[in-house]
Amino acid sequence: MHDESLWTIFINASLVNNFVLAYFLGICPFLGVSSKLETASRMGAAVTFVMLVSSICAFGIQALLVAINAPYLKLISFIAVIASTVQLVEMFIKKVSPALFRSLGIFLPLITTNCAILGLALFQTNKGYSFVQCIVYALGAGAGFTLALVLMAGLREKLELAEVPEVTRGTAMALMIAGLLSVAFMGFGGLGS
Amino acid sequence: MATLPKSGTDEFIKGLWKENPVFVQVLGMCPVLAVSNTAMNALAMGLATAFVLVMSNIVVSSLRSFIPKQVRIATYILIIATFVTVVDYLIQAVSLDLYKALGAFISLIVVNCLILGRAEAFASKNTIARSAMDGLGMGIGFAFALFCLGAVREILGNGTLFEAQLFHDSFQNWVVMILPSGGFFTLAGWLLLFNWFKQRKARREHASTLGLSKETA
Amino acid sequence: MSQTELASRPAPPSIWHMYRAMVGVGVVCGLLIVSVFQVTLPIIERNKAEALQEAIFHVLPEARTSSTFRLDDEGGFKALDGDGAGERLVYAGYDDSQELVGLALEAQGMGYQDVIRLIYGYSFAEEAIIGIQVLDSKETPGLGDKIETDPAFLQNFESLDVSLREDRTELANPIVPVKHGTKTNGWEVDGITGATISSVAIANILNGSAQAWMPRIQNQLSDFKGGE
Repeated sequence: MHDESLWTIFINASLVNNFVLAYFLGICPFLGVSSKLETASRMGAAVTFVMLVSSICAFGIQALLVAINAPYLKLISFIAVIASTVQLVEMFIKKVSPALFRSLGIFLPLITTNCAILGLALFQTNKGYSFVQCIVYALGAGAGFTLALVLMAGLREKLELAEVPEVTRGTAMALMIAGLLSVAFMGFGGLGS
Repeated sequence: MATLPKSGTDEFIKGLWKENPVFVQVLGMCPVLAVSNTAMNALAMGLATAFVLVMSNIVVSSLRSFIPKQVRIATYILIIATFVTVVDYLIQAVSLDLYKALGAFISLIVVNCLILGRAEAFASKNTIARSAMDGLGMGIGFAFALFCLGAVREILGNGTLFEAQLFHDSFQNWVVMILPSGGFFTLAGWLLLFNWFKQRKARREHASTLGLSKETA
Repeated sequence: MSQTELASRPAPPSIWHMYRAMVGVGVVCGLLIVSVFQVTLPIIERNKAEALQEAIFHVLPEARTSSTFRLDDEGGFKALDGDGAGERLVYAGYDDSQELVGLALEAQGMGYQDVIRLIYGYSFAEEAIIGIQVLDSKETPGLGDKIETDPAFLQNFESLDVSLREDRTELANPIVPVKHGTKTNGWEVDGITGATISSVAIANILNGSAQAWMPRIQNQLSDFKGGE
């Protein structure tokens, strides 16, 4: 149904319509994890992986729901799949790299409530992407999320040492930075078309 | 100071100001910043979230002795997702225009940390009546906060409020307000304001306790 | 741990309790969703049909009724009972005396920010597009969204030439976007200064759709006549 090129989809998802800075998805981990560069990049990688898996599953589920004509089960099945994927990823990371598991801490199970992943599944379903388009979309969204997270972490690390008015400390400052990043990303508009 | 038993209305009021989910707890912002570009959208989104919050609080509270601890999060999510699906279809039936404006973000109410948070922290441990009040208070506080966000963005970014022209034609719209960055800036602005209020209050209380201790000294 | 502490600890819930809770809640939730869905479905369908009708009448100003046609595999157009869903649909508009006013078609393509969806009206008599309405757009507010409101831009579409070549196989002239103020031919679209990409996108969307559909449609005029 959509004849956007794969490259357009990728650029669109990662830069032009960045999931965090344009759609405001994934704000919770964005504001929570972005204070340290290292954790930010790892979180970004984990989220990208979960996005990829969820995207594929969502594609399959949507096809199934259309076949049995039960569109109202979409939300429940998506969230169930995402929760299970995160559970699996958690167990996998625990086994493969306990150090990474510890450094991610509480934020790993929190990926389940990451609006960005559910948002990805819902958007791609609404747009009616084909299987390959879905995968590219997920990779683009994950890359964009990681990019935003890493940028934010880098900026906040520097800001820790700066002198800012007491009243802006904390979330307010983070939001203002996010706003500026968002404006900057608007410059990508029109790219890839 | 010992915590006095709270009445039902107390539960309601705390969600409006003292423990306002957006301005104080900074919870559940994800799905809402994107659709708060006009006052109408923001209010609709806020009320939809409030509806889901109240209903899920009521159901979770009434089933709290029935659901074992191990499966509680999964069941809560199931309940919340159900009510979100219900709200989704209700909005579609009421106004297709509103549905087009809010889009997939209605479904994203299900991952609003606020709702799961209240179910876990409050509804699972309190009576149905209290949980309903808590949900109502938090929900309306949330809708109010969203409305503040949407109103500022619409007034500055479009010169209107609820589609009604406010300013003279020569008013230059601050288009940035309607864009995503405007959402970030406006929320930052409101938080700043709240922080300032909090600090002023803390300073006053600090000063008054100092004054008291001076008197008793 | 003392005996009393051990005794006062609640027994761990049995598997049965967990199943009972999850399945019980699941069934009740399922029932709730299905009933709300069934109740709202007819209302939603009606809303959608009304919105579509409104759009069709907006791009075919003289139409009073419409019916839906689907392109079949042999290249002909078959009328559908009621509204159809899916691809390859065109909508025919008829006036009060059941005369064919024209066709309305949906088209979409990439704009500046995201995909733009629109519907446009085509008149057989003029062999031109006589109106467009943007259905879905996420263009930049204040800039790109001028494609919906700028009166000079919308004038482009009051009679946009999409006539066919002599051999009736292709468009005689593709729809091309031109810089603001330089339009000279009936198949050109005068752009909006400051919203170039969005206005170019509209022209390209229309061109793509017209290239694909016009040859098919214009040769099948008889399929559409004959009222409802």
